Amino acid sequence: MHVVIVGGGQAAQQTIASLRQGGFDGRLTLVGDEPVLPYQRPPLSKAYMLGELPAERLPLRPEPWYTERRVDLLLGRRVTAIDRSARRVQLDDGGALAYDRLVLATGARPRPLPVPVAAPDAVFDLRSLADVEGIRAGLQAGRRLVIVGGGYIGLEAAAVAHSLGLDVTVLERAERLLARVASPTLSEFYRQQHSRRGVAIRTGAQLTAVEAGGDGGLVTPVLASGERLAADLVLTGIGILPNAEMAAEAGLDVAEGIVVDRDARTSDPLIFAAGDCTRRPLVHHGGHGRLESVHNAVEQGKLAAAAILDQPRPAEDCPWFWSDQYDLKLQIAGLAAGSDHTVVRGEPEAGRFALFYFAGDRLRAVEAVNSAPEFLAAKKLIPAGARLDATAVADTSVKMRDLAAAALAAA
Amino acid sequence: MPTIHVTDRDGSQSSFEARPGLTLMEALRGAGYDSIEAICGGNCSCATCHVLIDPDWADTLPPRANDEDDLVADTDAYDETRSRLSCQIAVTDALDGLRLTVAPED
Ligand SMILES: Cc1cc2nc3c(=O)[nH]c(=O)nc-3n(C[C@H](O)[C@H](O)[C@H](O)COP(=O)(O)OP(=O)(O)OC[C@H]3O[C@@H](n4cnc5c(N)ncnc54)[C@H](O)[C@@H]3O)c2cc1C
Ligand code: FES
Repeated sequence: MHVVIVGGGQAAQQTIASLRQGGFDGRLTLVGDEPVLPYQRPPLSKAYMLGELPAERLPLRPEPWYTERRVDLLLGRRVTAIDRSARRVQLDDGGALAYDRLVLATGARPRPLPVPVAAPDAVFDLRSLADVEGIRAGLQAGRRLVIVGGGYIGLEAAAVAHSLGLDVTVLERAERLLARVASPTLSEFYRQQHSRRGVAIRTGAQLTAVEAGGDGGLVTPVLASGERLAADLVLTGIGILPNAEMAAEAGLDVAEGIVVDRDARTSDPLIFAAGDCTRRPLVHHGGHGRLESVHNAVEQGKLAAAAILDQPRPAEDCPWFWSDQYDLKLQIAGLAAGSDHTVVRGEPEAGRFALFYFAGDRLRAVEAVNSAPEFLAAKKLIPAGARLDATAVADTSVKMRDLAAAALAAA
Repeated sequence: MPTIHVTDRDGSQSSFEARPGLTLMEALRGAGYDSIEAICGGNCSCATCHVLIDPDWADTLPPRANDEDDLVADTDAYDETRSRLSCQIAVTDALDGLRLTVAPED
């Protein structure tokens, strides 16, 4: 049996690990279009961007790990088409590979700025190692950086650039930061944290163009209001688009992501998909959605491997994620969508608190700032469908662990 | 290079040489201990790199910092003297002979 994995990221690496851990003895080929071993992306907007983590520590595993697992690594090569009837993928160098099972782990790409950009050399995405190589040269104290998009990646980059002494402005089209992904309380907390340190947070600010040249800056971002900003460097963080076109062309079900079932199987039983490129069942929340996180890539890599090996389905966690800005460690478990009220535990002013999102008395999500116990508890409570009393949650004299144990025992 | 002795989650025992300059998590992962998931990649945000250090060794390691303590202390397998997040331990020659067990999944 030959398993071909397309895409060289986190989901691909986990699929390899789980296949071999599960006893898979057949042939394994990884085709990835980046010219490097699968690596971790989260440090790209954190320690690596800051210069604290050397590039040689970004790969998820060293090369011998792949050799020991007998993986044929085709790096710097791209799969251009899937021929399902012939069970074969086409490569960009004219070659082809026959498969018995195919795993699509093609990830996502940055959403391009939907405005005219006259100075592309000064405008950077933040997705790949190559992107950050370009950005790092411009990260010099005193320079003016404009970040388009007040989501997690934009805000992490803002924190890093501010620490490096740049003059940072964040443009967010919505009326608050993190509008798509967080509660107004958390948005306001992060607005204050950035503003207090001198990062200019501009909400309700819509970019209409990036012009070349300008008053002392290299480029001029222009806003819908007519206002013209001066910048040396522009970074975009306005979301990602799943790399699902090839799957669609091959006739697989695609709906803003490659549609998969709980086993990470696509509409073709021989083809699996994992990670940022998928649209998956949200087991503990209902419905389907795209999850853009390391945990999701790892979980679906495991699910795909187990299904290929015909082994029992591994446990499915609730979604979880983390983000670091300054000295603030944010950890999120669950999905807040569909919740009807929020309870605060701890002190936002002290930079140590957690927001609990409820639908009725069922916990749906927790956003924990410097509050690891609340995060760990949520990861257990949400999948268990546990019920919690809102007043008890707000009472910090009761330990989170004890509160969680009682709720789990009752669930 | 220091030699580390590992009891894996399935009970199997083995040893490997860890490269100074890495964290213990990175060294374990690189040596093929795939039971160390280390999902957050060493950010002290996930507790999936949890190991139990041999009691004889627990005292010789630098103590847990606050954020490590916060995270590991609420895991199910927590052991006050033995629990460590391996991403928070730097590999040095002083670790030569260290014995550890990969903690059960939380
Ligand atoms: C800056 C940044 C910070 C982040 N921070 C966090 C964080 O703190 N916490 C968190 O949980 N998540 C974070 N994420 C998200 C996380 O990194 C992703 O969810 C994860 O990397 C997804 O893994 P993946 O394998 O699905 O996709 P990717 O890592 O995108 O890998 C896909 C790979 O496949 C390649 N590819 C695509 N098409 C083809 C083809 N046809 N042929 C060959 N190769 C192909 C791509 O070039 C890419 O190399 C962050 C992401 C970024 C960019
Ligand atoms: S790797 Fe996540 S806490 Fe150590």
